[in-house]
Amino acid sequence: MKVEQNPTLTAEQATSQFATFFVRDLFFGIEVLHVQEVLRYQEMTRVPLAPDLIEGLINLRGQIVTAIDMRRRLGLAPRHEDEVPMNMVIRSEDGAVSLLVDEIGDVLEVRQDVYEPAPENTARQLRELIAGVYKLEGKLLLVLDTEKVLQVA
Amino acid sequence: MEDREIINEFLIESNENLARLDQEMVELEARPKDAALLASIFRTIHTIKGTCGFLGFSGLERITHLGENLLSQLRNGERELNPGLVSLILEMVDVVKSELSAIESNGAESGSSHETLMNRLREAADAQSAPVPEAEPAARPPVAAPPPASIAAPPPPPAVAAQPAPETPPEAEAMTKSTIADATIRVDVGLLDRLMNLVGELVLARNQILQFGGRLEDASFGATSQRLNLITTQLQESVMKTRMQPIGVVWNKFPRVVRDLSAACGKQIQLDMEGAETELDKSIIEAIKDPLTHIVRNCCDHGIETPDMRLRAGKAAQGTLSLRAFHEGGQVNIEISDNGRGIDPVKLKQKALQKGLIRPEQAERMSEREAVSLIFRPGFSTAETVTNISGRGVGMDVVKTNIEKTGGTVDISSRPGFGTTVKIKIPLTLAIIPGLVVMSGGERFVIPQVSLLELVRLEGEAGKRQIERIQSTPLYRRRGNLLPIAYLNDVLRIGAKHRESDVINIVILQAEDRQFGLVVDGIHDTQEIVVKPLGKQLKSITHYAGATIMGDGKVALILDVPGLAARSGVFTDARDSQRSIAATGETAASERQSLLLFRSGRFERLAVPLSLVARLEEFPRARIERASGQSVVQYRDQILPLIPLAPYLEPGAASAADEVDPAQVVVFSNGERRLGLLVDEIVDIVEENVTARQKTDRPGLLGSAVVGDRVTDFLDLHSVIDQFGTNWFGSRGGAAGTRCTVLLADNSQFARGLVRNALEIAGFAIVEAASVNEALERLPRQRVSVVAAAFDLAGGGATALAEQLQSTPGLEHVPVVALSNDPGEPGFLGARERFADALAKFDRDAMLRSLLRLAARVGESLAPAEDIPTGVRS
Repeated sequence: MKVEQNPTLTAEQATSQFATFFVRDLFFGIEVLHVQEVLRYQEMTRVPLAPDLIEGLINLRGQIVTAIDMRRRLGLAPRHEDEVPMNMVIRSEDGAVSLLVDEIGDVLEVRQDVYEPAPENTARQLRELIAGVYKLEGKLLLVLDTEKVLQVA
Repeated sequence: MEDREIINEFLIESNENLARLDQEMVELEARPKDAALLASIFRTIHTIKGTCGFLGFSGLERITHLGENLLSQLRNGERELNPGLVSLILEMVDVVKSELSAIESNGAESGSSHETLMNRLREAADAQSAPVPEAEPAARPPVAAPPPASIAAPPPPPAVAAQPAPETPPEAEAMTKSTIADATIRVDVGLLDRLMNLVGELVLARNQILQFGGRLEDASFGATSQRLNLITTQLQESVMKTRMQPIGVVWNKFPRVVRDLSAACGKQIQLDMEGAETELDKSIIEAIKDPLTHIVRNCCDHGIETPDMRLRAGKAAQGTLSLRAFHEGGQVNIEISDNGRGIDPVKLKQKALQKGLIRPEQAERMSEREAVSLIFRPGFSTAETVTNISGRGVGMDVVKTNIEKTGGTVDISSRPGFGTTVKIKIPLTLAIIPGLVVMSGGERFVIPQVSLLELVRLEGEAGKRQIERIQSTPLYRRRGNLLPIAYLNDVLRIGAKHRESDVINIVILQAEDRQFGLVVDGIHDTQEIVVKPLGKQLKSITHYAGATIMGDGKVALILDVPGLAARSGVFTDARDSQRSIAATGETAASERQSLLLFRSGRFERLAVPLSLVARLEEFPRARIERASGQSVVQYRDQILPLIPLAPYLEPGAASAADEVDPAQVVVFSNGERRLGLLVDEIVDIVEENVTARQKTDRPGLLGSAVVGDRVTDFLDLHSVIDQFGTNWFGSRGGAAGTRCTVLLADNSQFARGLVRNALEIAGFAIVEAASVNEALERLPRQRVSVVAAAFDLAGGGATALAEQLQSTPGLEHVPVVALSNDPGEPGFLGARERFADALAKFDRDAMLRSLLRLAARVGESLAPAEDIPTGVRS
């Protein structure tokens, strides 16, 4: 992943780096510090009786990582059978957790001055999981509140 | 070095030395002249004092200084050691310990001056006893030795230096400077944990390489992977060893504990320890520390008697408490036994009854072993008096829970008068456990080996029939006992493959003190697995204990057997954990029988089995006469005594039965004499399944049961009739000759009560038993002519009882009659020929005929067959 440098950036303008990804047409970002790694789809072990949105368990170099399907987490229609998700492995207090997303984007460096809290009129299920929005050129980057995303059942 | 680091090092070192000091002091009591021991103790205190001065902990310095004075007098032979002095020094050690922990948490001393202790130390040092004659009057060393400029530790004895540091705070990563300590290094436990995890990974990678190498035909790759294999195994073993500590780390403090306790209770206790070098994973050592201490305290407090009690019992005044640890079968066994008074199972049962922990019928069914295990129930304490040592009713249950948390088991056995032994089995390590891999719904699951009892494979149609159902509850008949069954696919809601499968695999599991069968699709092999925790998103699912990574790199879930049992509905009543499997079957099998329902006073719904009733009669009040203080009525050329029921069930209450005209009478007959029971009203005759029974302690009642959706009280005819002193039961021998004794064995006291009523009315003497073992125990003591045993009797069933009798000299000719709630069931029909007779449990007439015939055959003088009473049903 290359880092898109903004050439007009000055030292005074505070920036943050976000690892980005897509779920359907939604463009999300997670602060890079919270991201451990990105993986191709891994074979999963299903967990009977677990909530729907828990896709299963993966073996990440000996660590057992719970995979959460972001489509279901956001209340979106499930992925088509031939669509293979990607693992966005994030760090949490409780160890690593993988978010299953549709597509991985670039790591972006964004300026704080284009930040805004989540708009009131976004769907509730989505708004609850978003910390805020960066108004980028031509698109909006939704900042995922990872703590909330991991609060499952 | 920074101050904080120096202090930490001081704390580690001092704690280590003090732990040893406790043991040394106790040893010193036994060998007061041991100069080396004294020197070591002196050195420890001296070093602490010196370092305290250096670090500015003046309070500690003052206390240790006084202690040092005392010790130097001892060391120089200026005075002799006595228990009072030992206690005083130990008290000082305790104060030093508490000050050290204050320093550890706050970085400063607690601030209390410990004035009383200091005064006592001062007094003790001043009250110089006469010098020991043979001792050289040695010059005392300068009392306040200048503190050493460095914090160099005194060279500890080699045996101790070789051990990993006990109770070291995790931040300790410093090295001691002494020469022997050069061979050891302190390592953060967290680092060892990570190392262990990495080795786990390596083991999995190795497994994959080996699989891969098997497919690849390359000699050098094969050789390399074999070497990798070997090295990995060795590495795994070595890393596991780094986490190992001898159990002596925990045991070290027991001499002190036992000494203090025996002094406090006025007892003499000798502590024997064997196998202190047995090694265990550090995390397990931590986990069993408190449970072990508790057991030791209990043994001292409750187990071992006072010297005079022991002498009276013909034992040595000094009791022995022995600790034994050894490796066996990949587990560590720890045995704690005392030769004290032991545990009285009868007393335990009474206590449990009093506290409402068990029900009376449970108590009756309970074997001695089960009774002794009651001690592990929460809220249980048998100490007559609560002491500050033990006996607050918290304890043994916590001990059990903590040990089971480590995947271990605890078992207690006792011989009253001879002592008690507690056996603990714990795994070597928590990180790697053996597990059975099973398949269900296309997924693999691991069942921890500790919960596994046996595997059963049923094949084909015949196999399928072995899973029986009561309503929709599946049960498997295992050696005569009914075992509740759960289907893993159903419990986890994954597929329904087992329905079509030709083979049924049952994994029989032990969940706490109960057993159940788990049907799975397939059974693989057993493996050593590395247990990994699940993420918090999955913590709420109690069916899983964790997950592991299999040889192919995929994840498999580890089943939590107790959680699974609780969730699968195999045990409906979670609190009633003592209920045996046989009893589960018994409760489930309801009994269909004809009942006479009647009313008496406030008892709206009373029942007696119709089979016991001879006739129902109505007598005009005018016909009731009084004879010898009793109501009687002339009836079929006889005098029929009438017993009013109400005054017996509700003493003192006004009886409506006296007003009812004509009087309602239930007539019972023993064939020769009759007796009438006066009731308020005959309600109904019903044929019903009797379910959900409850025992009562109310005199005159056997218990309550649900009959036709209404709670109904069952009359205890025996006690009612006996109560009226009619000598009715005693007289029956008049015609029938010598009473013949029947041993009635049935799990359910309720069922026994009903059958007993029927048999006693017919003139049999009854001995009751609740299980095979109890029956075997009672048989030789009574002159029993016939045994009537429930087919599903606890402890192996009537079949087992009959077999046992046949192989017991003197009892081989006692006939066994099997009784079943459901005489049509195939198992019962199939087993018929093993018994002298096989009958329905509540078919009174057939039972009486059979028993009389059998009793006559064994040579008892009995009533002739025509004396058999006939019930109203015939």
